Amino acid sequence: MSPRLAVTDLSVRFATDDGPVLAVDRMSFSVEPGEVLALVGESGCGKSVTAMSILRLLPSIASMTGSIALEGVELTDLSLPEMRKIRGRDISMIFQEPMTSLNPSFTVGFQIGEVLRRHEGMSRKAARARAVELLELVRMPAPEVRVDEYPHQLSGGMRQRVMIAMAVACSPKVLIADEPTTALDVTIQAQILDILRDLQQRVDASIVLITHDLGVVADIADRVEVMYAGHKVESGPVDALFAAPQHPYTMGLMGAVPRPDLAGGTQQRLQEIPGLVPVLHREPEACVFAARCPRASDDCLSAMPPLELVRPGQRAACYHPGRRDTPDQQGALV
Amino acid sequence: MTATVPVTVHPRARRRQRLRRRFARRPPAVVGLAGVVLVVLVALFATLIAPFDPDKGDYSNIFLPPLSPGHLFGTDDLGRDLFSRIVVGARASLLAGVAATALAMVVGVPIGLVAGYYRGWLDTVIMRATDVMLAFPFLVLAVGLAVILSPSLSNAVLALAISAIPGFVRITRAEVLGLREQDYVQAAIVNGAPDRVILFQHILQNSLSPLVVQASMTIPASIIGEAALSYLGIGVQPPTASWGIMLSSAQNYVAQAPWYALFPGVAIAITALSFNLVGDGLRDVLDPRTGR
Repeated sequence: MSPRLAVTDLSVRFATDDGPVLAVDRMSFSVEPGEVLALVGESGCGKSVTAMSILRLLPSIASMTGSIALEGVELTDLSLPEMRKIRGRDISMIFQEPMTSLNPSFTVGFQIGEVLRRHEGMSRKAARARAVELLELVRMPAPEVRVDEYPHQLSGGMRQRVMIAMAVACSPKVLIADEPTTALDVTIQAQILDILRDLQQRVDASIVLITHDLGVVADIADRVEVMYAGHKVESGPVDALFAAPQHPYTMGLMGAVPRPDLAGGTQQRLQEIPGLVPVLHREPEACVFAARCPRASDDCLSAMPPLELVRPGQRAACYHPGRRDTPDQQGALV
Repeated sequence: MTATVPVTVHPRARRRQRLRRRFARRPPAVVGLAGVVLVVLVALFATLIAPFDPDKGDYSNIFLPPLSPGHLFGTDDLGRDLFSRIVVGARASLLAGVAATALAMVVGVPIGLVAGYYRGWLDTVIMRATDVMLAFPFLVLAVGLAVILSPSLSNAVLALAISAIPGFVRITRAEVLGLREQDYVQAAIVNGAPDRVILFQHILQNSLSPLVVQASMTIPASIIGEAALSYLGIGVQPPTASWGIMLSSAQNYVAQAPWYALFPGVAIAITALSFNLVGDGLRDVLDPRTGR
């Protein structure tokens, strides 16, 4: 059986004034039903571009190659009207900015209902009733009241609940969550993650979680894909990857997470990764991370390392994978 | 937060109530609104209000001064009752103002939506065309168009409407340019909304405030425009009563009967001013940056 969502050899190029930019290079991954896959990486590594390519919503200056299949149906072959039917029904999305992602002129009930009326052909009345149920599902306090309120009457956390209610309204097969908790404060973050996890089990959705927050990843993801400069540099089950990151970039990311639980943790300086994410103009001829990598050697500069199985289930694109390095980086890995 | 208040009022009604309160707190706007209501009522019930047939002359009673018995505003060169003519003339003025504005909106707003949303060559063509039209002052353009069309009230309305279109196109387009990048528009696209829904629901709904304001400014401009066209003889044709026509005939008798020109002039001024005051008030009230 084909996986819920399979992305194969996805490449995205942007035609900019400074020449072509390779935002995503031959990225492949798949998600199974009920699974939470996290795409992790720093700003500009191609996470969101990957998400937008799945929905075929890249800006007109972008060109895309590769295959994106939803339960075996190739999305890249669909016409625009067919794709519109998929958006919001089979694949839906939660955004980073709940404060601005709702239309200020309509009640939240109307906006949730709009999706239902469009995709499920519900009547206005039925859609409103369903919107109340959905708000209940995302644990909105007083849903009967809130359903008739306007976005400006709700807090950020409540608005994100509305966004989630909208996203799961049609029981989507794939839910893309692009930094769903970044704009929220920490206590609300935890609640929102709880809701996401709970809903996923109810509607049996696959979640593609886009984030740079490793805490969120550890909390709800099943598998992790680490992206760097448009490339997948490491992937594996969340436990294995956190226990023993193989790619030096993954190690660097984990070193940059504050760990107050470690001995003397609050005193310890966070490990940063020196340098910036490079902007690629063509397929790389060296490892994309080489310029910032403490382990870089001559072979790293000769070709981009392929993604290879390093440990069971865990792949890394590195010539020197594993856990051996300078002592301070070792410390950050525990 | 109002969240804890038991909700008996629909939030949309509550918002309307708040806007109404804000409007009521602006005396000029309220005065303007009173003026608009008065003119509309006069136009609606013109035949009931007018004591005489506005088109019927009485040669024994020409140039009666104001406050003459039975003739509040006096009579004109043909002995017609000026008060009746002003009252009935309100119809042509209002009709011209409202119809021209409505027509300009119906045409201009969709053009602006399309230009701003799809951009590209279509946008360029539309914008250059409006630039050309905006190069001529509103009245000059309307006069030019009215001359090409044959003189009548409907053609005057058409000429005024065409002249007002570029303003609506520009304002709508400017709004769309800002709104199309909004997260909620992106969210609507992600949820599979077709362009029609995005344009007319998500975008148009949020650009209504500047459009309402533009409309309330275009109405008085069109009222003055209709008067100007009629005055020039390319609008409403005599003997139909229209404030512009009255002004035009009155100019020959300014020395003999100054009131003949005064009353239509004042009527035009009051009507235009009232609409302008309402427009100003609406702009202030609908602007979210104004305090509540």
